[in-house]
Amino acid sequence: MSTNTLALPDVTASDQALRRFLHGLPGVDPVGLEARAASLGTRSIKTTAKAYAIDLAISMIDLTTLEGADTPGKVRSLAAKAMRPDPTDRDTPATAAVCVYPDMVATAKETLKGSGVKVASVATAFPAGRAALDVKLADVRDAVAAGADEIDMVIDRGAFLAGKYLKVYDEIRAVKDASGSARLKVIFETGELSTYDNIRRASWLGMIAGADFIKTSTGKVAVNATPSNTLLMLEAVRDFRQQTGVQVGVKPAGGIRTTKDAIKFLVLVNETVGADWLDNHWFRFGASSLLNDLLMQRQKLATGRYSGPDYVTVD
Amino acid sequence: MSERNDRLSVFKTYKLYVGGKFPRSESGRVYEVTTRTSAAGTASRDKGKGSWLANAPLSSRKDARDAVVAARKAFGGWSGATAYNRGQILYRIAEMLEGRREQFVREVADAEGLSKSKAAAQVDAAIDRWVWYAGWTDKIAQVLGGANPVAGPYFNLSTPEPTGVVAVLAPQESSFLGLVSVIAPVIATGNTAVVIASENSPLPALSLGEVLATSDLPGGVVNILSGRTGEIAAPLAAHLDVNGIDLAGADAALAKELEIAAAENLKRVLRPGPLDLAADPGTHRMTAFLETKTVWHPTGALGTSGSSY
Amino acid sequence: MTKPFDYAPAPESRGLVDIAPSYGLFIDGEFVESTGEERNKTVSPSTEEVLAEYVQANAEDVDRAVKAARKAFEKWSALPGAERAKYLFRIARIIQERSRELAVLETLDNGKPIKETRDADLPLVAAHFFYYAGWADKLDHAGYGASPRPLGVAGQIIPWNFPLLMLAWKIAPALATGNTVVLKPAETTPLSALFFADICRQAGLPKGVVNIVTGDGRTGTALVQHPGINKVAFTGSTGVGRAIARELAGTDKKLTLELGGKGANIVFDDAPIDQAVEGIVNGIFFNQGQVCCAGSRLLVQESVQEEVLDSLKRRLSTLRLGDPLDKNTDIGAINSAEQLARITALVETGEAEGAERWSAPCELPSSGYWFAPTLFTNVTQAHTVARDEIFGPVLSVLTFRTPDEAVAKANNSQYGLSAGIWTEKGSRILAVASKLRAGVVWANTFNKFDPTSPFGGYKESGFGREGGRHGLEAYLDV
Repeated sequence: MSTNTLALPDVTASDQALRRFLHGLPGVDPVGLEARAASLGTRSIKTTAKAYAIDLAISMIDLTTLEGADTPGKVRSLAAKAMRPDPTDRDTPATAAVCVYPDMVATAKETLKGSGVKVASVATAFPAGRAALDVKLADVRDAVAAGADEIDMVIDRGAFLAGKYLKVYDEIRAVKDASGSARLKVIFETGELSTYDNIRRASWLGMIAGADFIKTSTGKVAVNATPSNTLLMLEAVRDFRQQTGVQVGVKPAGGIRTTKDAIKFLVLVNETVGADWLDNHWFRFGASSLLNDLLMQRQKLATGRYSGPDYVTVD
Repeated sequence: MSERNDRLSVFKTYKLYVGGKFPRSESGRVYEVTTRTSAAGTASRDKGKGSWLANAPLSSRKDARDAVVAARKAFGGWSGATAYNRGQILYRIAEMLEGRREQFVREVADAEGLSKSKAAAQVDAAIDRWVWYAGWTDKIAQVLGGANPVAGPYFNLSTPEPTGVVAVLAPQESSFLGLVSVIAPVIATGNTAVVIASENSPLPALSLGEVLATSDLPGGVVNILSGRTGEIAAPLAAHLDVNGIDLAGADAALAKELEIAAAENLKRVLRPGPLDLAADPGTHRMTAFLETKTVWHPTGALGTSGSSY
Repeated sequence: MTKPFDYAPAPESRGLVDIAPSYGLFIDGEFVESTGEERNKTVSPSTEEVLAEYVQANAEDVDRAVKAARKAFEKWSALPGAERAKYLFRIARIIQERSRELAVLETLDNGKPIKETRDADLPLVAAHFFYYAGWADKLDHAGYGASPRPLGVAGQIIPWNFPLLMLAWKIAPALATGNTVVLKPAETTPLSALFFADICRQAGLPKGVVNIVTGDGRTGTALVQHPGINKVAFTGSTGVGRAIARELAGTDKKLTLELGGKGANIVFDDAPIDQAVEGIVNGIFFNQGQVCCAGSRLLVQESVQEEVLDSLKRRLSTLRLGDPLDKNTDIGAINSAEQLARITALVETGEAEGAERWSAPCELPSSGYWFAPTLFTNVTQAHTVARDEIFGPVLSVLTFRTPDEAVAKANNSQYGLSAGIWTEKGSRILAVASKLRAGVVWANTFNKFDPTSPFGGYKESGFGREGGRHGLEAYLDV
């Protein structure tokens, strides 16, 4: 069991109590939130700061493949890339993890053995989460049994939007129990929650239920991670720690493809929650193509020349 | 004032109209008001002097101060009343005047040295002026205000609002039509007024107070003082709780002096100018004592189908 | 990897702008020398480096400028509106083309961050000319009667806090309506107006339509007193505005004034707190608080006071103060030694009167004029820092218990320029906004500007509106 499952126990006493708590959180003005995110997006990160940010971003990637066409070969090559992102420069940091479906966990685990790169597995009938709880829990147990270090679960958005917050809470608790020592990332699918107020409520709901990470999205819907929803979730983990003493990580996922994008997110972290979240124990990028862009920018900084896709590996 | 019977008539004691009440000047002073023998009169109080009409209150600085207090007290309610309600009340004033038309025709004829028919035309025009402004109360905001298409996710609306307490120096020559033409635009939009009646012809103004008092107009919205224009206007122009001043009844020298005093708290000043009482009044006497308030509010709280969450 | 994430210097290139060592006056379409000898220097407030010398225009110079404007008025006012419009559109476009150069110039001369000149001042300047350009041939439809006439020559005096933007606010509507102008920029920030003269040249604007006279208050007095002008438009302090109003008493000159403020930013307990904190920061620390409509009084509901203040202090600690040309700078330099002295004196008064001072922990550069973002708590309506306009990065925090009390405190000021309301309750926004005696009310936002949106004050914050259809009235004979 994690240490934070007892945070704010009184608010989960009943569906009504939980609802009152979540709806009592300060509202979010969308225009103001987006303006703040856009304003931080104008930070100019150059030279040494850029080099620092690129390596930090690489180290925070959950290098992800979540396709129906995934094969052991594909996963092995992705894992190899995670360990040595740039074969021409051994100083390049490894990524934080590879992220796969449960049936690929064993393959990934085998390839990554001893590297320090974690294996994250999506679970709970990812991405829609439309399955019975025992099916979801079986999914989680399979992944954990296969060696997953981290579980990326999806919440029941239908239940959330129907206002059945306690059902969502109970499900996260159950998954947390089933995850054992694996760290639990709770995916809200922010694009389906639709409003910022919902995203703030979901963030608190997830944290109260014991999430080790709160994560924006599956990457499978139209709107995934954005600077604005990530900023909002950073505010939530900041406020949660202030209130409970418990630190929770944040993982934007989906749609972050360029170095410029990634640096904007790091600026959000730096200026919203600060240095305490600026390592891969507390902040991750769920991404795949982002890595190669970071590597090309890294080569450019090192050599002064612009790189090209043929100078980074395709995996 | 002549009655065609043998009965000795009852004179009226003309009083000020302040805060909905009819006080005498706190100074206890009065001055003699006489008929005017010719319409081509002058502001000087000794020329064109005719027969005695009444002793009007000679207001003091303190009367002016009391009137400002009354006007300020009335401002919240009057400016907060619905525009429709203000229109109803202004129209009620016209109704009440119509019923006392003969009295005002007589007073205006005496005050301005006019024939009965000319005086009647003045009173009729004054009544019609109230009707004109009664109709404006709920239209001026639509004409002057509106939504501004700002380049961003904001709803932005400009609305005219009354300036506050306005000192009004009524025209010296046109004792009633001129008076109504400067009071009505000030209060139609929600301001409250401290009015200085024509110095030599204050009686129609003081009688108007009696009409206002019976027209559902809240006390203090219009306060009417008689006396020496310069003496009353000086403290009003310098008063920090007066927000605007209409100098219609001031000559050039007085207007300049008052405008200098009015600068102390940046009063809105309507300088004296030609007053064509026969022309369409237009809106400028209203806009002179209107502020524009612009309120911004973000939009964009739609879900993911919109441009933002 | 080392923590924290330190941003490397990211200066905008100063080479984008070419400042001459010395400037004359722009009269009748060309730069001319003064008949007098007196010259002033303008310095960069962040370094105290002298940027250029310029003329202290005397009464004779002003007279020349007014005569040039009068001469130009005849043709300019007779020009078809569509032609005047095209000149203004040209100006708007040239400003867009040269916006980075002008942003750097403005940052150098004023001390404000390049982030602001680049993202706020310059886009608004171009937009303002673009907006009023479109009015020039539509005045018949503006609600001021058929064929409304211009006033003649406008004397315009602008402040140093938004030099080029205030120039745009003055010149664009004046020219669109057919007036010609003599404009005096502030003595500490003359350069962007002088560069604007070059833009007029590039646009082919007829000679004498725009004249720029530089100098201090003496030049302004000469302009206001000149019998040949028909209109004075002034933005600046209430004290000077009052003096101008007295000066014009008894004349036919029309007057509009945009003066001081002590804006109340009201935060209710149901506010969107994170956005409110951003709005408070933007309200008082935008342009180092040297903004007439700044939200310099924070009125926070007692029940959320602690939460809001904690968030605010944490946020202020992240503000980056320093080189205004650095793209990551949030807080630049105070415009002048004189202004810094005024801010310092008022802050000392605040402390002496018992208000509790907190300043953001940031290092101030050793040269130039700097003041750390500061807030005062335990402030009451009776404190000087709650009443006087400080015009600097200093926020006074007061509390209230009920909406009525918030409105009463907000209105308890001789000023009435701006106010802010933060609440998620729509009906409260409308109720409070309608009771506030202020010309601009920002609900759940602050310090937003747009050329279509009328701006100006109630009470001693001045009269007349700039922006929008309303802004035309100041330059029409109506």
